[in-house]
Amino acid sequence: MLNTGIITVSYIIATILFILALGGLSNQETARRGNWYGIIGMAIALLATILGIVEKAYVELIIALLLGGSIGLIAAKRVQMTQMPELVAILHSLVGLAAVAVGFANFMDPDRLAHYAGVALTIHDIETYIGILIGAVTFSGSIIAFGKLSGKMSGNPLTLPGRHYMNLGLLIVAIYYGYAFVVESAAGGGTMPLIIMTIVSLLFGIHMVMAIGGADMPVVVSMLNSYSGWAAAATGFMLGNDLLIVTGALVGSSGAILSYIMCRAMNRKFLAVIAGGFGTGGGTPAASADADQGEVDPILPEETAELLKSAKEVMIIPGYGMAVAQAQHIVHEITRTLRDKKVNVRFGIHPVAGRMPGHMNVLLAEAKVPYDIVFEMDEINDDFPNVDVSIIIGANDIVNPSALTDPDGPIGGMPVLECWKGKTSIVLKRSMATGYAGVQNPLFFKDNTRMLFGDAGDTLDAVYKLL
Amino acid sequence: MRIGVPKEIYAGEKRVATTPEVAAQLMKLGFDVAVESNAGATANYSDAAYEAAGCSVVSADEIWADSDIIMKVRGPEEAEVDLLKSGQTLISFLWPAQNPELLQKLTDKGVTALAMDSIPRISRAQKMDALSSMANIAGYRAVVEASQHFDRFFTGQITAAGKVMPAKVLVIGAGVAGLAAIGAAKAMGAIVRSFDTRPEVAEQIESMDAEFLMLDFEDDEDGSGEGGYAKVMSDEFIAAEMALFAEQSKEVDIIITTALIPGRPAPKLITTEMVESMKNGSVVVDLAAEQGGNCELTKPGEIYNHNGVTIIGYTDMASRLAAQASQLYGTNLRHLLTDMTPEKDGNIVVDFEDEVVRGATICKEGETTWPPPAPKLSAAPPKPAPAPEPAPVVEKKKSAAGPIIGMIIAGLALLGLGAVAPEDFMAHFTVFVLACFVGYMVIWNVTAALHTPLMSVTNAISSIIVLGALIQISSDTELIKWIAVGTVAITSVNIFGGFAVTRRMLEMFRK
Repeated sequence: MLNTGIITVSYIIATILFILALGGLSNQETARRGNWYGIIGMAIALLATILGIVEKAYVELIIALLLGGSIGLIAAKRVQMTQMPELVAILHSLVGLAAVAVGFANFMDPDRLAHYAGVALTIHDIETYIGILIGAVTFSGSIIAFGKLSGKMSGNPLTLPGRHYMNLGLLIVAIYYGYAFVVESAAGGGTMPLIIMTIVSLLFGIHMVMAIGGADMPVVVSMLNSYSGWAAAATGFMLGNDLLIVTGALVGSSGAILSYIMCRAMNRKFLAVIAGGFGTGGGTPAASADADQGEVDPILPEETAELLKSAKEVMIIPGYGMAVAQAQHIVHEITRTLRDKKVNVRFGIHPVAGRMPGHMNVLLAEAKVPYDIVFEMDEINDDFPNVDVSIIIGANDIVNPSALTDPDGPIGGMPVLECWKGKTSIVLKRSMATGYAGVQNPLFFKDNTRMLFGDAGDTLDAVYKLL
Repeated sequence: MRIGVPKEIYAGEKRVATTPEVAAQLMKLGFDVAVESNAGATANYSDAAYEAAGCSVVSADEIWADSDIIMKVRGPEEAEVDLLKSGQTLISFLWPAQNPELLQKLTDKGVTALAMDSIPRISRAQKMDALSSMANIAGYRAVVEASQHFDRFFTGQITAAGKVMPAKVLVIGAGVAGLAAIGAAKAMGAIVRSFDTRPEVAEQIESMDAEFLMLDFEDDEDGSGEGGYAKVMSDEFIAAEMALFAEQSKEVDIIITTALIPGRPAPKLITTEMVESMKNGSVVVDLAAEQGGNCELTKPGEIYNHNGVTIIGYTDMASRLAAQASQLYGTNLRHLLTDMTPEKDGNIVVDFEDEVVRGATICKEGETTWPPPAPKLSAAPPKPAPAPEPAPVVEKKKSAAGPIIGMIIAGLALLGLGAVAPEDFMAHFTVFVLACFVGYMVIWNVTAALHTPLMSVTNAISSIIVLGALIQISSDTELIKWIAVGTVAITSVNIFGGFAVTRRMLEMFRK
C-alpha cells in the first residue's frame, strides 16, 4: 500500500522521535513530553510497517497485538513501584526472546540462500548468529534477574568452583559453533549448530546472573538493558533495517552508560561485577563480622520526634530497606509535617540505593514527595556539616564511613553519603546485621549516631503520630 | 567577664595576645576587653585601633587588678605571677613540662591556667592549635631570614650577564614549620629537598613539589609517634640519616632544620664537620634552637658566622612577624573562648568533659590538673593525621599508552572489516556507529532521578524489534508465520507495558 520511500521517511521520523524521547528525560518537566514522542514514534513505525510491508495474516497480527498489548497495560497498571526492578527485568527478557525468535525465523526463511551469497551470506549468518546469541543471553539472564529481584530465588551469589573457566569454556564452544554454523549454512544446513549455540547462550546467561549478588543488581539490570539494545541492533543488521540499528544502538549505549554510572558509584570494576561472587542477599550478624567497635546508642520514637521538631535542617537518606518496608508514604507524611513547621527537609540519594538505577527517586515520587527536594549524592554531600538530623532508612553500605577510612576494605573508595559530619544521625534498622557488602558499619558506633530499631514503617508511623 | 591583655614584657617579644579585629569578635561573645596601653605597638596595632574596636585602653595595674581572664602570649614572668590573683584565669603558652616551678606557683595562687601549648591535637581543636599557627610563621620566617643572609638568588635565571643556578634548600623535618618553609622556599624559586623520619609525610612533601629524600635503610622503621609528632629512632636509622645529611650538606646552600621530639632536647642532626663541609656563604637556620638546636654549632638566640657559614639560631621567629603572629594567635584564642562560652554571655565555663579544655587546663582553683588523662580516641585511625595539608594535591597522571593502543587495535579491526565487507553492510555500520555516539551524548544528559523511567522507556523502544516479526509474518511458511505472530505478541507486551509504566512513573514526579 505504501511505497518504499514513504516507509523510509516514516522510519527516519520514528528514529528522530526516539532520540527526542531519550533527550526529554534530561529533566522532569520535559520527560512526559519525551514519553509521548516515544509513543508516537513507535506508532508511526508500526503503522508504516503494517501498511507497507505486511501482506497478509492481518487477523493474527491484530489479535497478537491486542493480546500482548493488554497484558502489557495490565502489568503496567498493577505493578507496585517497589516491584519496578522485577518488571523491568521481565520486560528485558521479552526483548531477548523476541530477538531469538526473529533470528530463527529469519534463518528458516527459504529465500535466504537466494538473497545472499559469498561474503554477504557469511556476514548475514554472523549477524543472525550474534543476534540470537545476545538475545538468548539477555533472555535467560533477565529471567534469573527477575527471580532474584522478586525474591523467588535467593539473592546470594552462586559461586561454582572454576566458574571463570566454565564461562571461558562456554565462550569457546559458542565461537566454535558459530564457525560450524557459517560453514554448514553455506551448504544449506546449520540448524544443529544454531540450536546448540542457543542452548549454550542460555546457560551462559543463567550462570552469569546467578553468580552476581543482590547488591550488584543495579548493574545487572542496566547491563541487561544494554544487551537488549544490542540484540535489537544485531537483528537490525540481519534485516538490513536502519531503524532497528539506530534504536538498538541508542538503547545499548544507554544501558552501557547506566552500568558505568552504577559501577562508578560502587567504585568497582565492571568486569569484577560481572565475574560475580560479591554481595550476598541477606546480612550476617554483626558479632561475627567485627569485634569490639564500641557501644551503639539506641533511641525511641519519642526522642526522634523531639529531635526532628527542634531541627532546622533534616536530611533523609533512603535505601532498599525503605522499599522493603513500604515506608515511602509515611516518610512523605513526616516530610510534609516538618516542612509545614519550616524545617528544611531534603533527601539524599546515592546512585546505587535500591535495586535499579533511580529506584529511590521513583518510590519517593510515588509517595508524592516533590522532586525538587530530592538531591543526588554529589549535590548535597558537602552540606552535611549544616545538617541537624540525618535519617537513614534501611540503608547501610551507602553511608559507611569505612569506605573512606579503609581503602583496602571491600567497599573501600566507594563514594558514600557523609552523614556522620552532621550533628546527629538516626539510623532506622531492624537489627544490627551488616549490609550487602558484609562490612560492619562504624557509623552505628559514632557518638553522634543513634539507632532506632524496628520495622521502618512502624517506627516512622510512631514518630509521625508524635509530630 | 572582663578580658585583660597586658603588654608582653619578655625582652624582644613583639606579639600581642589580641588584635582589634579579634577583640571585636570577643565582645560579640559578651566579654569586655581591656588592653594595656601600647600592648600592640610592637605588632603595629595602635591604642587608637583598639579603642575604635571598642576596647578600653588602660594601665598595666588595672589590667592585672580588674580582669577575670588574662590573655598573654608568653608565660608570665616572676613579677607578673605575683600580680595574679586567686579566681583569675590565665591563658597563654605555659609549657608545664618544662616549667614545673611556674606550674606550682600558679597552682598555689589559685589561678585557673590554660596552656595553649597543651591543647590536644585532635581535628576539632585544629582551629585553636596555636603551636601550628606559630610553627607556620616560623617556617616562613626561616626562609626569609635565610635569604637575607644568603648572598645569591633563590631562583635560577638566565640573564644577559650569564646563567644563575637556583639555590638548593634542604628542609629537615616536614611538620607544620617544615612544610611552611618548603612552600616559601619553593615560591622563591629554590630547589627544595626535604627529609622526615615519618614516611607518611613523603606525600605531603611531594605535593608541595619538593623532593622527598629517601633513606637507604633496610627496615621499615616508622618515625611516627603519638599525636602526629616524631619519636626517637634506632641507632642504625640515625646512622643512615646522618650519612644522608653529610652527603647533602656538601651540595645544598641552605639548611633549615625543624626536627623536634616532644619533651626531649632537639636531636643533633647537623654536626660541626657537616657545617664545615658546606660552601662558603651557605646558611643554616635552626628552628629547634630553643630546645638546644639541631645543629651542634647553634647558639640559641644568636646569629654568627662559622668558617663562612651563617648559623641562625633565633628563638623568636614568630615574634619577628609580630602582626601576623598576633592575628593568628588571637584567633586561636578566640576559638578556644568561643568553645568555652557556650551561652555566649561573656562567662567562661571550664568544662572538664570537654576534651580540649581538659587537655589545656594545667591548674584549676588551687589544684594541679596536669598532665591530663590520655585523650579518648573515638574510632580514630591508629595514626592521627599529621599537620593539615596546605598545598593542593597533585593529580595523578594516567598513562596515555593504554587508550591509544586500544584505539589503534579498534581502528585496525575496522579497517579489516571495511576491506572485506560489502557496501550495504558498511552503510548500516555507519548508521550504527553514529547512533552509538548520539546515544552516548543524549544519555549523559539524563538526570539521575529519571534513571528508572529511562530504563523502562528504552525497554519499550527496544521492542522496535517487532519490525522483524512484522516483516516475517507474511511468510508462506506456516512455522515462520506463527513464530512471528508469537513474537508480535510478546513485543507488544513490552511496547504497551513499557510506555504505560513510564508514563505512570513520570506522572508521579511533582514539584
